[in-house]
Amino acid sequence: MSSTMSLDIKRRSATTTPAPSARETHSGEVAKLIDVSKCIGCKACQTACMEWNDLRDEIGTAAAGVYDNPTDLTDQSWTVMRFTEYENEATGNLEWLIRKDGCMHCEDPGCLKACPSPGAIVQYSNGIVDFQQDQCVGCGYCVTGCPFNIPRISKKDHKAYKCTLCSDRVAVGREPACVKTCPTGAIMFGTKEAMKDQAAHRVVDLKNRGFDQAGLYDPQGVGGTHVMYVLHHADKPSLYKGLPDDPKISPMVALWKGVAKPLAMAALGAAAVGSLFHYITKGPNDVSKELEDEMERKDAEALNKESGK
Amino acid sequence: MTNHWVDIRNADVILIMGGNAAEAHPCGFKWVTEAKEHNNAHFMVVDPRFNRSASVADFYAPIRSGSDIVFLGGVINYLLTNDRIHHEYVKNYTDFTFIVREDFAFDEGIFSGYNPEKRTYDKSTWDYELGEDGFVKVDPTLQHPRCVYQWLKRHYASYTPEKVESICGTPKEKFLHVAEKLASTAEAGRVATIMYALGWTQHTTGAQMLRTGAMIQLLLGNIGIAGGGMNALRGHSNIQGLTDLGILSASLPGYLTLPNEAEQEYDKYIAARTPKALRPGQMNYWSNTPKFHVSLMKAWWGPAATAENNWAFDYLPKLDKQYDMLQVFDLMNQGKINGYIAQGFNPLAALANSNNVRNGLKKLKFLVVMDPLTTETSEFWKNHGEFNDVDSASIQTEVFRLPTTCFAEEDGAVVSSSRVLQWHWKAAEPPGEAKTDIAIMSALHLRLKKLYETEGGKFPDPITKLYWPYAQPAHPSSEEIAKEYNGRALVDLTDAEGKVIRKAGEQLAGFGEMRDDGSTLGGCWIWAGSWTSSGNQMARRDNSDPTGIGNTLNWAWAWPANRRVLYNRASCDREGKPFNPNRVLIKWNGKNWGGADVPDMGPTMPPETTNPFIMNPEGVARLFARKGMNEGPFPTHYEAFDNPLGYNPMYPKNKLAVINPAMRIFDSVKDSAGTAAEYPHVGTTYRLTEHFHYWTKHVHLNNIVQPEQFVEIGEALAKELGIETGQKVKVSSKRGFVKAAAVVTKRIKPMQIDGKTIHHVGVPIHWGFSSQGRKGYMANNLTASVGDGNSLTPESKTFLVKVEKA
Amino acid sequence: MKRNPRDLVRYNASERANHWVVGICFILLALSGLAFFHPAFFPLTQLFGGGPWSRILHPYIGVVMALFFIVMACRFAKLNIVEPRDIDWLKNVNKMIDGDDHDMPEQGKYNGGQKLLFWGLVIGMALITITGVLMWRAWWNLPVGVVRAASVVHAIAAVWMIGLIIMHVYAAIWTRGTIRAMLYGTVTRAWAKQHHRGWYRKMTGDND
Ligand SMILES: Nc1nc2c(c(=O)[nH]1)N[C@H]1C(S)=C(S)[C@@H](COP(=O)(O)OP(=O)(O)OC[C@H]3O[C@@H](n4cnc5c(=O)[nH]c(N)nc54)[C@H](O)[C@@H]3O)O[C@H]1N2
Ligand SMILES: Nc1nc2c(c(=O)[nH]1)N[C@H]1C(S)=C(S)[C@@H](COP(=O)(O)OP(=O)(O)OC[C@H]3O[C@@H](n4cnc5c(=O)[nH]c(N)nc54)[C@H](O)[C@@H]3O)O[C@H]1N2
Ligand code: HEM
Ligand code: HEM
Ligand code: SF4
Ligand code: SF4
Ligand code: SF4
Ligand code: SF4
Ligand code: SF4
Ligand SMILES: [Mo]
Repeated sequence: MSSTMSLDIKRRSATTTPAPSARETHSGEVAKLIDVSKCIGCKACQTACMEWNDLRDEIGTAAAGVYDNPTDLTDQSWTVMRFTEYENEATGNLEWLIRKDGCMHCEDPGCLKACPSPGAIVQYSNGIVDFQQDQCVGCGYCVTGCPFNIPRISKKDHKAYKCTLCSDRVAVGREPACVKTCPTGAIMFGTKEAMKDQAAHRVVDLKNRGFDQAGLYDPQGVGGTHVMYVLHHADKPSLYKGLPDDPKISPMVALWKGVAKPLAMAALGAAAVGSLFHYITKGPNDVSKELEDEMERKDAEALNKESGK
Repeated sequence: MTNHWVDIRNADVILIMGGNAAEAHPCGFKWVTEAKEHNNAHFMVVDPRFNRSASVADFYAPIRSGSDIVFLGGVINYLLTNDRIHHEYVKNYTDFTFIVREDFAFDEGIFSGYNPEKRTYDKSTWDYELGEDGFVKVDPTLQHPRCVYQWLKRHYASYTPEKVESICGTPKEKFLHVAEKLASTAEAGRVATIMYALGWTQHTTGAQMLRTGAMIQLLLGNIGIAGGGMNALRGHSNIQGLTDLGILSASLPGYLTLPNEAEQEYDKYIAARTPKALRPGQMNYWSNTPKFHVSLMKAWWGPAATAENNWAFDYLPKLDKQYDMLQVFDLMNQGKINGYIAQGFNPLAALANSNNVRNGLKKLKFLVVMDPLTTETSEFWKNHGEFNDVDSASIQTEVFRLPTTCFAEEDGAVVSSSRVLQWHWKAAEPPGEAKTDIAIMSALHLRLKKLYETEGGKFPDPITKLYWPYAQPAHPSSEEIAKEYNGRALVDLTDAEGKVIRKAGEQLAGFGEMRDDGSTLGGCWIWAGSWTSSGNQMARRDNSDPTGIGNTLNWAWAWPANRRVLYNRASCDREGKPFNPNRVLIKWNGKNWGGADVPDMGPTMPPETTNPFIMNPEGVARLFARKGMNEGPFPTHYEAFDNPLGYNPMYPKNKLAVINPAMRIFDSVKDSAGTAAEYPHVGTTYRLTEHFHYWTKHVHLNNIVQPEQFVEIGEALAKELGIETGQKVKVSSKRGFVKAAAVVTKRIKPMQIDGKTIHHVGVPIHWGFSSQGRKGYMANNLTASVGDGNSLTPESKTFLVKVEKA
Repeated sequence: MKRNPRDLVRYNASERANHWVVGICFILLALSGLAFFHPAFFPLTQLFGGGPWSRILHPYIGVVMALFFIVMACRFAKLNIVEPRDIDWLKNVNKMIDGDDHDMPEQGKYNGGQKLLFWGLVIGMALITITGVLMWRAWWNLPVGVVRAASVVHAIAAVWMIGLIIMHVYAAIWTRGTIRAMLYGTVTRAWAKQHHRGWYRKMTGDND
């Protein structure tokens, strides 16, 4: 979490009026580029993230029999390395695909769309999607909304956490902690344009090295992302331990947080207002005078009968 | 490294073999990714496992652990038979044309002069043929059957691609790919670098493995060239500093050596270390030995080292044998050692055969551990269940633990693999009672001095006369010590004309100013220049790189003489013209040498006559090692001590040549070899990037990213044994066992070795029982106490194991 | 108003209590649920002590409501079985809406509209309960696909139910003399005869 004071806000969860957005990022939106073809899976980025953000996950076990540790993202692990052993049948080569997983900072963030709490998720004008835990109610809608399975709810404080793209560092002109630490230069940070240029250069190199399908992962289904990957197999993102091939906000979520809202509000409004107008136009449904009289008569009869006894 | 980290980015071809730089040197590994990105380099990895380095390589080839000499010898054979060598280079700068003595011989894996009982060689025949003039005989036509070139061709003729496939398990095409890519750098415009570490050194044939690599680099003309070299990736942050300072039992600072028992006379000792030029007009740097030696003695004993007492020669111990770790623990086991100081060393976890080490420690009267952390060694007496199942009551060793500081808690310099001495400043105060190593050692020294002064002793002088000129004797500062290493003038130094070039008390500018008459003092000659009269050169932080070649001469300081690429003279042809005009290190401008680096010879020495390899009296590099190595002048394949075949597939007929005939082996361990019948798989140990040896298991962050001990086995072996990934297994060798979770992987594949299926089993080294996280077994429960024939490094990389469900 | 001893008993105390537990829970659920559903209603969380409390309380209240609803539904289910005369009634529902219900087909204790509402609520409640439990992250983390579907259904069911309850409440208010049935249990004979003649006859034996 960082302060919303330091960066201007493009989008704000559960807010129907414009966010404070007079100031813009004229130097361009930012992006982190993860060059999977350069990553050696050393986890320095994971460690830097824990150090900068003061996170300490539990010490796990080796029971999963893999190099992935911790085995999943948690409220204490905002980024983890995912290792895949892939036998490339086309070349006969084994490939060890290592992907740094974490928030993609979607241009059209499903988490923000889903979040019911005003301002608990914001998107800064530079593109970073950030959670403001003090506004978070812990409902988990962001998890439901995210196409990349990123946010995690803490068991301790029941707030949602994920990579902030080090918005606190970026706000003061520094690169994210993981970028600064990465020993191989596999993670780069700059304007989105610059990162795309860098990626294009890398893709040419990878193609020259026989990865015909190398490419940039900047999925348009979520409007592009502010964390992008250079992949050797951009045609098959799911090779990289479940990176979605064509991520978009789930139609369920789109329905739930999209059309459903105004329609439902309209329907409920109509029911309430309709009732009111019905009352105004038709008046109450009273028992008819006829019946009232009949019953009064019968009451009297009954009373007489009783007293006659 | 002959070159340096940044220089790797200048390479066209990169071979990582016998190391896993991505894992063990991730920061330096950056320069591999830079070379790929900016220099279009082709990057290859040859390793028993598809490791993290391989994950970003262009090409990976598997190899059976311990068989590298066959592979590398195969490359030599390939280069020679296909004539893919740098002719001008090898002819001028190596001993290619030199003629070898007639009585030198090689037969079925054994060289002339072998004594099987003593397992040593009489090396007298291992030499060049000298002429009347005392110079080596040469044959520039290369036709002489005994010239080094012809010898090489013969020696490696049997190292064919087919042999590589059947002995190393490397598919022939994969081997040929590596050979071809290396061969592509025989031309002047292309260069290859070889990066290696323990995958080569930790074998009983380790030193010869890297020598074979160096020979390939020489044949390709890749030594002394930007982007080339033989690049040993050193271990501990300051392990380069350790070797530079000679903290090995037979060494003195600056790669000078201690006398042995037979060398009781100073003159003979010096003469043996001051060779005469073997070729006319050569620079022959070791002719300066007396200057360095005397300056060192002046640093140690000051006024007590005089011409009259041969510069305190008698104060130096004379070795009856090498006191390497294997030797010391063997003696300990024999009850011949009373006390042991483990300073920043955790032998129980680090040294081969932990059971052997533990038994040794039990026999000590006292053990001192100087360490900032709890180590296995310091707790060897404590029962940690199955991880360290000892009966504490029966152990009499008295253990003293002296808490020390860590590097960040004191000023000082660290020497990187690049030979760069970089100064660092204290970042934090030491906690609790911790004291610096200097303070502890000084206190110990002062007390010993006092004891000797008051009570006397057999020969107190070396201790009582030790020169101790520091402002605070109980705690010399890092600055004082660094200045002493650099050296200073003791009197006004004058040049030939009598002009004063250095006033008394002034810091020396370099080792060129050292004298053998006691007028200079210097604690480590190769470091002379690091702290001159213009200040601490190691603290310089200017990373400007005017030539763009990456040498940054004003960033810290590299030994020797701030030179960044050793033997850089070899980057130019006979006339002093760079072989590759696009990557110029130095060149001859008609009057002197200059360029992006400090020339590796006298700056005005004419190119026509100056050879690049000035540390050899012949001025050229040796493909024929003469007497330099203990198992022969040409690297030859031998199997590991624990080997899966039981014979040497290169020399199957000769029983003497199965294992290294001159390896480090004591009688006590001769029977500790495992057999393939009982232990069918090849085990190897290695590092994980997430941990540093045995200390980061005390660090929460490291434990998070790598929480628990595991071993790696291939899918095929797992299937054979019915093991699922993550399941607990027991890996045992003839010496002991570890139990850990199995990581079942596609990255280890079975191999066909001489018709036999061989599986590798990978055992990361980082666990032990002293841990803030999860306890584990010591990997060295498995290894054998045998070592390399030269460096005496234990064979931690190849041994036999069996695997079963735990 | 002094109560007429000849008023007909429509609900006993336990039935009334049950209904109101359900009713109160529903109001709390609707308020807290709507707060999450649409930003316009988010301030409603303040009624519960803020966002986190709303998030914590809502599902527990939901569980309470669900339990009481089940009891209530069991109590009333039999009376809400739709009969042919209810269909007739529904066919003439326009008259009812016009407030002109004196010649509507004869009804039992509940009219066709009420019965439909009843079953509408049963269905809604079933859906909302199941989906609510599925999306309850404080207790479990189900596959995101399941949670997504559950969320949509929960929201739709909630809107459905809120809509029905608006109608239900309005009908109770509009039809004068109804609320008291749920407040102190009795209705006037006139009310009964006008709105639920079948039930009136059954209760009184009065067949004219
Ligand atoms: N993260 C981390 N980094 C470290 C250290 C650490 O503990 N942790 N330690 C430091 C120290 S002191 C050192 S010395 C260095 C060591 O650095 P490296 O030598 O690179 O490290 P290792 O992992 O011991 O071994 C390297 C590789 O050798 C392979 N290998 C085993 N046998 C053979 C063989 O016969 N032939 C070939 N070609 N390869 C073989 C192994 O599979 C392994 O991939 O690392 C330094 N860096
Ligand atoms: N099987 C197997 N065994 C191996 C290897 C292998 O690959 N396989 N590798 C070998 C290699 S290359 C190496 S280098 C060794 C490493 O073996 P060691 O050097 O024994 O291992 P470390 O754990 O690094 O131990 C160094 C100790 O120094 C302490 N220390 C840190 N800073 C200071 C300081 O300033 N002062 C003092 N006094 N102590 C300090 C640390 O706390 C630590 O306990 O292991 C060797 N053992
Ligand atoms: C057993 C019953 C119920 C359970 C377990 C339940 C559970 C939940 C949960 C877990 C949420 C997400 C917010 C949070 O975590 O607090 C939620 C939201 C919601 N609930 Fe319920 N609920 C139940 C019944 C109801 C009922 C009866 C209503 C009817 C009004 C209702 C209306 C809503 C609404 C409107 C939302 C917000 C939906 C959205 O934002 O899309 N819930 N419920
Ligand atoms: C909160 C305001 C509510 C008011 C003012 C209210 C009022 C009433 C009244 C007056 C009746 C009696 C109608 C009759 O006897 O014909 C009634 C019946 C009933 N109410 Fe409510 N109610 C409320 C909420 C609810 C809720 C939230 C539910 C369930 C989800 C509910 C379920 C029922 C049922 C099942 C009956 C019996 C009628 C039938 O079975 O069709 N009510 N309510
Ligand atoms: S720090 Fe860089 S190289 Fe290391 S795992 Fe992270 S992204 Fe990969
Ligand atoms: S990846 Fe998920 S959490 Fe991150 S911005 Fe996109 S939707 Fe939100
Ligand atoms: S858990 Fe927090 S951040 Fe996520 S949707 Fe709910 S309120 Fe928003
Ligand atoms: S950008 Fe910052 S928060 Fe995100 S993974 Fe990197 S270090 Fe962690
Ligand atoms: S010790 Fe760590 S930071 Fe230093 S070079 Fe090695 S990996 Fe990099
Ligand atoms: Mo090492």
